[in-house]
Amino acid sequence: MFKLENVKWTAEDGAEILKGIDFEVEEGTLTVITGPNGSGKTSLAKVIAGVEKITEGSMKLDDVELADKDITERAKMGVAYAFQQPVRFKGITVRDLIELADGSKVEEMDVCRIMNKVGLCTQDYIDREVNDSLSGGEIKRIEIATVLARKDAKLLVFDEPEAGIDLWSFNGLVEAFEELKSEKDKVLIVISHQERLLEIADNIIVIDGGLVRQAGKGSEVLPTLMHGEVVGDCPVGKVRD
Amino acid sequence: MDKITESLLKLVSDWTEDGYKGAFNIRENGGCAGRMSTDNIKIEPKEGGSGIDIYIAPGTKDEKVYIPACISKSGVDDLVYNDFHVGEDADVTIVAGCGVHTDGEEESSHNGIHRFFLEKNAKVRYEEKHVGTGEGGQRKIDPVTDVDLKEGAVLEMDTIQIGGVDHSVRTTRGKLGKDAKLYIRESIMTDGNEYAKTDFDVVMEGEDSGVDLISRSVAKDDSYQEYHSKINGNARCVGHSECDAILVGNGKVNAAPELFAGDLDASLIHEAAIGKVAGEQILKLRTLGLTEEEAEQKIINGFLGA
Ligand SMILES: Nc1ncnc2c1ncn2[C@@H]1O[C@H](COP(=O)(O)OP(=O)(O)OP(=O)(O)O)[C@@H](O)[C@H]1O
Ligand SMILES: [Mg+2]
Repeated sequence: MFKLENVKWTAEDGAEILKGIDFEVEEGTLTVITGPNGSGKTSLAKVIAGVEKITEGSMKLDDVELADKDITERAKMGVAYAFQQPVRFKGITVRDLIELADGSKVEEMDVCRIMNKVGLCTQDYIDREVNDSLSGGEIKRIEIATVLARKDAKLLVFDEPEAGIDLWSFNGLVEAFEELKSEKDKVLIVISHQERLLEIADNIIVIDGGLVRQAGKGSEVLPTLMHGEVVGDCPVGKVRD
Repeated sequence: MDKITESLLKLVSDWTEDGYKGAFNIRENGGCAGRMSTDNIKIEPKEGGSGIDIYIAPGTKDEKVYIPACISKSGVDDLVYNDFHVGEDADVTIVAGCGVHTDGEEESSHNGIHRFFLEKNAKVRYEEKHVGTGEGGQRKIDPVTDVDLKEGAVLEMDTIQIGGVDHSVRTTRGKLGKDAKLYIRESIMTDGNEYAKTDFDVVMEGEDSGVDLISRSVAKDDSYQEYHSKINGNARCVGHSECDAILVGNGKVNAAPELFAGDLDASLIHEAAIGKVAGEQILKLRTLGLTEEEAEQKIINGFLGA
């Protein structure tokens, strides 16, 4: 069980981005977090992974508080995070990242299994550097692969995994999420705007303005989203009401 | 040959118990510790032991020649001239490592002056690795490389210096004829109070010649690195240089790239970046379970190709 209570995060410039988030996610379920651009989804993912430190509140994974653990400690506890904007390196290869993620030397066959899930051919990519030469979709898929390679992962957060990914690979990705879910012992959180992912979600959480606007079973929340209720307001022109 | 030299040879080249496969010349403390020529590659000493001439016959293919130089003690000041004469259409690899070991108080230094004469369409891959070991006095390596590439000749230089060399000044000069290409990759890591300087000056004289220079350096602790490159294009040609430096601790880097275009059709590009290890790279590796220190080490090793 992963449980957030009153999670707040204030950015360095003083802006309060997360204003008190509460929710719970059970193992063996798929939760999709959605919401408008700039609503705080990535910020939430970052505080879960420890990339940013929360300013208030609590985040417990199986009753263990994460808030006072650093990124490395959380990773070792099984927190895994696929970045929305993958990081590029110089001189570090796909194999290097997969091995670091897996925690040991990997056989080509193991890499193959993971790379297949994101629709990449191991032979073509394993020795490629994770640098500027990779296309947007390629690096995104490699980023996802580095999280799928985490055998010890207990809590997995994918930040807009669909972004830039072609239809064919996307189908494989949906399968990979379903497979992770079927393992029953993992907490699975996917940040997404993608209808297919919203459709397979057990639960949907809508974040807006740094708060949970709506949360519930996928089948209940999804129809309300489809009817396009616009939330939030613009203090300058008041275009939304 | 002493034990220290042998261990240095292992560090800077693929030396094994059985020695090298191919032609070689091993320089130890300013003297010759072994030499062998092959049918296609002749190694001849210069007068007075000041160095060697290496003659590679036209058309020689897939052969390797080793010319490592080692200093295994303090108080040696070695200066050597090595000239490579590479015949037309030859395609060979030259391995030229240099290791300096000191355990006494005095410093030791190695100055290798290498001249490359590549004839028409000759192709050479040149690998050079520098190391310093031991607890003694200053270890200096100051290589000078002079390159003369005739029509269609290609020289690929791969140089690496990772730790232990207190002082090094690397000077490279080059002249390129028609269609000639010069590729240089260098990786330098300095720590402690080490100093390393790179100084390139390459002139493209021939039509469609090209230079690609990629320098990666890491300056740690209180070390200091200087980088100066000048690419001159006097014909229709393409020149590119990239200087990428990572700072750790109090490391300092001064990068001064220079481009000179003496022809309307010369296309020259320079890229330079100096900064600490990118924070987001460290974050990514930490989310995979590495500590901050491990992440930094991994990023630096990858960056240097170490
Ligand atoms: N380090 C920061 N400093 C200041 N503001 C920040 C910082 N990080 C995020 N923000 C702001 O916080 C808000 C939420 O950003 P976040 O990246 O969490 O949005 P998001 O919901 O993931 O959006 P998207 O759907 O576009 O990915 C934005 O207005 C953003 O500009
Ligand atoms: Mg986001």
